[in-house]
Amino acid sequence: MNRCSLARILAKTLAWFVLFNALFAWANTPDNAGVAALGQLSLYNALWPGRLRLPYGDDPSRAYNVSLYSLEAMFASHVVSGRPSAEFRVFLIGDSATWGWLLRNEETLAGQLNALGLRAPDGRPVRAYNLGYPIMSLTKDLLILRHALRHQPDLVVWLVTLESFPSEAQLDHPIVRHNAPAVRAMIADYALRADPNDPRFVTPTLLERTLVGQRRALADWLRLQAYGALWGATGIDQHYPERYEPAQRDFDADLRFRQFTPPELPKSALAFDALDAGIRMATEAGIPVLIVNEPILISQGRNSHLRYNALYPRWAYDAYRAMLRAHLAQGQARYLDAWDSVPQAEFTNSAVHLTPRGVRLLAEAIAPAIADLTARR
Amino acid sequence: MADIALAPSLTGRYTQARLRNAGLFVLSVLGIYVLQPAMPIRQMDFWLPTVALLLAVVVWAATAAADQSARALIADGSGIAVLVLGIAGTRYIEPLSTLFTRTPAPDVLTALLALAFGGAVALLIARLIGPRPGWTWGVLAALVALLVALKVEPLTQALAGALRAWQGQSVAAASALDVRWLGFSYLFFRLVAALRERAAGRLPRMSLREFITYALFAPAWIAGPIDRPERFLKDLRADFRFNLADSMEGGRRVAVGAFKKFVLADLLALFALNEANALQVRGAAWAWLLLYAYALRIYFDFGGYSDIAIGIARVFGIRLPENFSRPYLKPNLTQFWNSWHISLAQWFRAYYFNPLTRALRTRGWPAPAIILTGQLTTMLLIGLWHGVTWNFAIWGAWHGLGLFIHNRWADFARARAMPEPPALQRALGAALTFHFVALGWVWFALPDPALAWRMVATLFGL
Repeated sequence: MNRCSLARILAKTLAWFVLFNALFAWANTPDNAGVAALGQLSLYNALWPGRLRLPYGDDPSRAYNVSLYSLEAMFASHVVSGRPSAEFRVFLIGDSATWGWLLRNEETLAGQLNALGLRAPDGRPVRAYNLGYPIMSLTKDLLILRHALRHQPDLVVWLVTLESFPSEAQLDHPIVRHNAPAVRAMIADYALRADPNDPRFVTPTLLERTLVGQRRALADWLRLQAYGALWGATGIDQHYPERYEPAQRDFDADLRFRQFTPPELPKSALAFDALDAGIRMATEAGIPVLIVNEPILISQGRNSHLRYNALYPRWAYDAYRAMLRAHLAQGQARYLDAWDSVPQAEFTNSAVHLTPRGVRLLAEAIAPAIADLTARR
Repeated sequence: MADIALAPSLTGRYTQARLRNAGLFVLSVLGIYVLQPAMPIRQMDFWLPTVALLLAVVVWAATAAADQSARALIADGSGIAVLVLGIAGTRYIEPLSTLFTRTPAPDVLTALLALAFGGAVALLIARLIGPRPGWTWGVLAALVALLVALKVEPLTQALAGALRAWQGQSVAAASALDVRWLGFSYLFFRLVAALRERAAGRLPRMSLREFITYALFAPAWIAGPIDRPERFLKDLRADFRFNLADSMEGGRRVAVGAFKKFVLADLLALFALNEANALQVRGAAWAWLLLYAYALRIYFDFGGYSDIAIGIARVFGIRLPENFSRPYLKPNLTQFWNSWHISLAQWFRAYYFNPLTRALRTRGWPAPAIILTGQLTTMLLIGLWHGVTWNFAIWGAWHGLGLFIHNRWADFARARAMPEPPALQRALGAALTFHFVALGWVWFALPDPALAWRMVATLFGL
């Protein structure tokens, strides 16, 4: 071996490296399509049991779970992607309250609805699937709903709250920003008010689409597969701290809701267009939708005459409720306002996170509406 | 294979060998500082490597031939002093103050005093022990005492307290975790090997620089393999010329090792058995999965490190001993231990098991008792070397008894001239051996016997 052969080896190595990355970038065009396709490959529902909620983990080593941007990989890891059986499939869409922050799977809304043992009139068991995700954004809910419709739901239950509505925050969340093609398609298809050229969208450059550029996404996908073993072995998919800071009950005399001050919460500042798009998306596929205004903490502490909780001043939330009710009154979706269905003692660490008993109360409030909709299906 | 000439002026093999040796010496001294992690006790990232270096100097003094060249000794000693004081001096040059140590080093005067003290001790030892090889036991005892202090939690905590007091930090906050002396366990083996070889009259003559390179050899500093001095010296003194074939082979080995460590082992680590998931696992099948992941993870992790060390050394013409040879495919436990952490097993065989069994034979012990005592205590010591805990002791005893039972079975089979087992039987033997080893890992992976028992019960569906 001499200098020439060394140079040849190095040149070949470099050429293969460049070629492989170029091929990867080509296969990954447009907009990370290749990585998205790869996300459909999954050990879940085959080697490992499917997850009962979408993957999300701030502390992967303790939660045995990982947050990633690939909706394909997220759904491929979910039990909803498994072989469907003869059942009435109810998909629950929503935020961290639906996902079940601090709750074990059997304690979540999906778990407790399933425990009620509901049956459709044709005898099929009603099975609720937890498709909540711990981000408050209706556009994020739309993204998930768009994917979820591929999995043959019989009913969509969409739990919403005011914090998911502000239009200016719809694109703030990484999962929305990193799924630009899907969000742009929804903007076009449903005439959403969001700007398709919003700078918050992440559009990978050629270099970012290479193997090297996508190493983080690939590593996340690989870690999701590996954590499936611990999910299967332990049934744990989030870290449960021994203690948590209870939700705030006493407040300053602050009347602001985000940038809004009383008396006006303009409807134009809220993403009702996204809500309408979701309802349209489902109903066009022949799937009924139940919109639920999710329970909030109604505090009885200091200044609670001004604020319901840390998230919402009374004036803004009351205005939102009125708007939501009026907006849905003429629409195609059924509406259930469950905002006060859970007493304040049944909230955990935020104004929307419930204890298992609180979820039970919510499940019992929702169950009749679900039973009614199964009859109409 | 043709060699590559580095530069016209450096083409001489002698020059390349000298350059390589000087480079290895410098890299090994600097490497122990660079690799040492920061600790809660101030400046320990400087002092622990410095003490490691001084220990090596002291052991060299205890084992070196009396007629060392004064000129070479002064040159080597000055080289060490320049390197250590240079590292200490970086504290005065802000952008470089954490180049070699994680936190700024102490002032140069303190470092100089420490070097002077270490040098004086080395001189004293050389005077006292040099002419009396039998006295190396004294140095050996001191090394063992230090190892015990680092492995027994209450003693480590006391040591941490003393170091904290020295640094003016809260003694009450002392914890055994404060003293994380990277590489000491392997330094211990190399220094003891030198002492024992010297006592046996087998240690070749080594210059201070050669000995420091051997004892602190950077590629093998973290996790071995544990080389023997005479073998290492043979490579260090052999004709060396940068060789592309060796470098390519070394590079391949590093790449394989990096893949094992950073891809396979780190991926398996995500779901390998540990203290937390042992309490959470539901059912025997999943428990076995976590245990298999642990067994593979520890193999790829350690094997990967060994590959990287062997590969880097190979580039410099040093052929470190192999540490692993497909251990999980071996048909019995004896062969497993001949192919798992080979350099450690050979070290214990050479410096503990063989001397012990020889001594017991001369006392007329029966063969089975000698074998039981030798294998059980050897494996107990290997277990306790990882840490003085009940679980490591049980792990050692598990393997010691396993080796004894296999030894008795092998003797029984040999006496009856039983034929070589067929392939299927060998495969079953490999499966049985793997599971025996894997069950042993339960004790190794978990911190206390109660949890380990619980895990064993889960594995068997109890």
